[in-house]
Amino acid sequence: MNANTASNVTPIGAAVRRKEDHRFITGKGRYTDDLHRPGEAQAYFLRSPHAHARIRSLDTAEAAAMPGVVAILTGAELAEDKVGDLICGWMIHSVDGSPMRMGSHPALAKDTVRYVGDHVAVVIAETLNQAKDAAAAIAVDYEVLPAVSDLAQAQAEGAPQLHEVAPRNVVFAWELGDKDATDTAFANAAHVIPIDVVNNRLAPNPIEPRAAIGDYDSGDDAFTLWTTSQNPHLARLVLSAFVGIAPENKLRVIAPDVGGGFGSKIFIYAEETVCAWASKRVGRPVKWTCDRSEAFLCDAHGRDHITHAELALDPAGRILGFRVKTTANMGAYLSTFASSIPTYLYATLLSGQYDIPAIHCHVDAVYTNTAPVDAYRGAGRPEATFLVERIVEIAARTLKMDSAAFRRLNFVTSFPHQTPVIMNYDAGDYAASLDKALELADYAGFPARKTEAERRGKLRGIGLSNYIEACGIAPSAAVGSLGAGVGLWESAEVRVNPTGNVEVLTGSHSHGQGHETTFAQLVSSRLGIPMDQVSIVHGDTDKVQFGMGTYGSRSGAVGMSAIVKALDKVEAKAKKIAAHMLEAAEGDIEFKDGRFSVAGTDRWLGFAEVALNAYVAHKFPTSEIEPGLKEGAFYDPTNFTFPAGCHVCEVEIDPDTGVTQIVNFTAVDDFGVVINPMIVEGQVHGGIAQGVGQALMESVHYDADGQLVTGSFMDYTMPRAENLPSFRIGLTQTRCPSNPLGIKGCGEAGAIAAPPAVINAITMALGTEDVSMPATPAKVWQIIQAWRAVAQAAE
Amino acid sequence: MALEMSGSYELPVTREKAWEALNDAEILKRCIPGCEELEKASDTEMKAVVVSKIGPVKAKFRGTVTLSDFNAPESYRISGEGDGGIAGFAKGGALVELTSSETGTTLVYKAEAQIGGKLAQLGQRLVAGTAKKIADEFFKNFAEAVASGDA
Repeated sequence: MNANTASNVTPIGAAVRRKEDHRFITGKGRYTDDLHRPGEAQAYFLRSPHAHARIRSLDTAEAAAMPGVVAILTGAELAEDKVGDLICGWMIHSVDGSPMRMGSHPALAKDTVRYVGDHVAVVIAETLNQAKDAAAAIAVDYEVLPAVSDLAQAQAEGAPQLHEVAPRNVVFAWELGDKDATDTAFANAAHVIPIDVVNNRLAPNPIEPRAAIGDYDSGDDAFTLWTTSQNPHLARLVLSAFVGIAPENKLRVIAPDVGGGFGSKIFIYAEETVCAWASKRVGRPVKWTCDRSEAFLCDAHGRDHITHAELALDPAGRILGFRVKTTANMGAYLSTFASSIPTYLYATLLSGQYDIPAIHCHVDAVYTNTAPVDAYRGAGRPEATFLVERIVEIAARTLKMDSAAFRRLNFVTSFPHQTPVIMNYDAGDYAASLDKALELADYAGFPARKTEAERRGKLRGIGLSNYIEACGIAPSAAVGSLGAGVGLWESAEVRVNPTGNVEVLTGSHSHGQGHETTFAQLVSSRLGIPMDQVSIVHGDTDKVQFGMGTYGSRSGAVGMSAIVKALDKVEAKAKKIAAHMLEAAEGDIEFKDGRFSVAGTDRWLGFAEVALNAYVAHKFPTSEIEPGLKEGAFYDPTNFTFPAGCHVCEVEIDPDTGVTQIVNFTAVDDFGVVINPMIVEGQVHGGIAQGVGQALMESVHYDADGQLVTGSFMDYTMPRAENLPSFRIGLTQTRCPSNPLGIKGCGEAGAIAAPPAVINAITMALGTEDVSMPATPAKVWQIIQAWRAVAQAAE
Repeated sequence: MALEMSGSYELPVTREKAWEALNDAEILKRCIPGCEELEKASDTEMKAVVVSKIGPVKAKFRGTVTLSDFNAPESYRISGEGDGGIAGFAKGGALVELTSSETGTTLVYKAEAQIGGKLAQLGQRLVAGTAKKIADEFFKNFAEAVASGDA
């Protein structure tokens, strides 16, 4: 008996190195751009240089005759082949009951372009340079139309209109919560704290730009699309059912190694649609790889809200009500999930960690002549958290209460807790994460550090952020009732091979999360086999049964729960087989540490032996038990999960230069059960860096004409290592009660928690609440100068 | 993206000579950096093809140059717009004023330009720097042309 012993097992909770990293750091990754199809041609998109224009005429004759050109396709050919519009998959209804106003979104413009970068034509040529040269020779006669790029102006009287179906550019006017109860809370309030915030627009900038190869096989009348997707099955569904490229059984979508997504690779864009469609039209594989400049123009952006809110407090500082009015920028077209972000992923989190009896939120979503806006790391929850944690901080300061004490007074302390905005918090201990964070951050020692900094002429501040997010999206019926066009379950299939090693096929998709490691840890610990005997297969619609992909920190809570379900079935069947092999009753078989044993005896079989017998099928009646050992499962969550925690940021500002240095950053998170603490810590680090990026540096800016002026890394600043200190990381744990592993999710926490922590620290240091993101040195310096001028005038 | 530029140049010729040169398509063609074609369509309008390189973007602009607001021999407005294909577009204009000075003529210009598409994406610093350089080069060429008596 040669069963693997438990010492070969990698348990849940072990900080093992990532299996996939060998491939990545030795240059053996297989990204879409690395792949080449025989006879492939290169695509280049001619994009609109205008934010808003009608195309009077489009002359491709000269360009089509240029060397190497295979074809030039426009909206006319798209219409000729009856290729459908790109869609938005989440229906939102306005307060008056009317459905959201979805403007037509063709993959190539029909007669109007609506943002700089909008798709006018595609040139397909032998080489990319030939395609670019030919694109330069296409003569487009534009009738330039007035554009609106400023979110605040989009609904104004006389503002340029983007879509006929959407008067005043309003996509929807939606609300959540009880308005009357909230008004009553304000009528009874001792204090009302107002706030105006802008949540700055961000460019996602994954390290791997988007790419696609469409390949039509005339022999099978079938398409294969390689694309940088976080959810290849969803891409196939949309391209099949809505865009009409091919039926699902004739369309294979493969998302191989993908280098980061942050949400921007969830969506189904014009480019992959065109590559797939064009490959049949031109009879050649068609490849496109986005360059960095294009990515700034046409990857869906994130955030971009303007909000006015008010918090009602009783005399002691207890929150009575919260009233929110937000205008959200959707850009020029509704991207795949755009409508869900400023609604059900935003307003549902406005209760934060606090027991707030009444909340009302109104959201106007509007079109502007800018790139589409959709989910970006956190997706709605960073916007909610920024608002809640800023207004709570201002409330504490206004009432001259300690920031931590104010929060503690208002915490939700018993679970489950039903908020007034749909969510039912199932488990948490907010005081525990606050306490641990204050200890790790040496909150008590801050006044001494501030005094010391003042001696050096520096302004020092400390800021808290007690965030909560909803992850593990999501219960299918629940999201369906809120307008989602899809269910948000996950699938898994566990294939045990005859020699006892295992392949797991998952509908989740790894694009940096480390699933090949964490999922293998789960299987290793459950089946008692070494991790290197477990392979994780994902990202190919021909291999994996339907799956919903990776976003919203759902792969642990939902994806791994599906694997658990499949493993349960594998174990149940293996026990039956083991019972026959051991000539014992099935009920007497125990499975532990990779051994099937007869209870109360020393008789046992290793996992591999049982696996082999499942396939040779010599020792059990196949009339009762089917040969083989392979089980699939679909898991639909029963609730969202609610990771929460406390981040503490400490800054020092040089008043002469306005430069903000983050001197300490502490993160204490409750992610429930942690599979691999090293990977979790990495996710936290990356999230904080992105959050700090939003708070201090990053901002997409369009000028009044709708030209993108932050279109390169010359003008769009990303955080660098030197902008960040070594983080102090801690974990607290309350088990998530709604999934079998107790997992909550960790992928977005840093990006959600960090921005208000940073701004709360800066506003404390500067002594003014009027600091918008990004708090660049120029902006901070101007605030200090204005404040000095006032001080001088007073002298 | 909007840009604004201004400058002043000393021309060693009389104001009338300078004015003549400013209205001479041949001279303008030689002085506009990267100008490949400049054909008169009327007394005040010319068709132009200009090749410009801004940072990593090299583009051939096809467009029109228009002269207006004549106040001979003191000032006029020269404006143009060009379509640079995939590089984007540029349009703008300059008020050019001539005043007599001790050594000849002082030329002062105030220009504004708007650019869009890939050019705008290059960023204000690069584009503004290059635009200023192109304007300076034009007026430097122009000063040399009138000084050498070509005018």
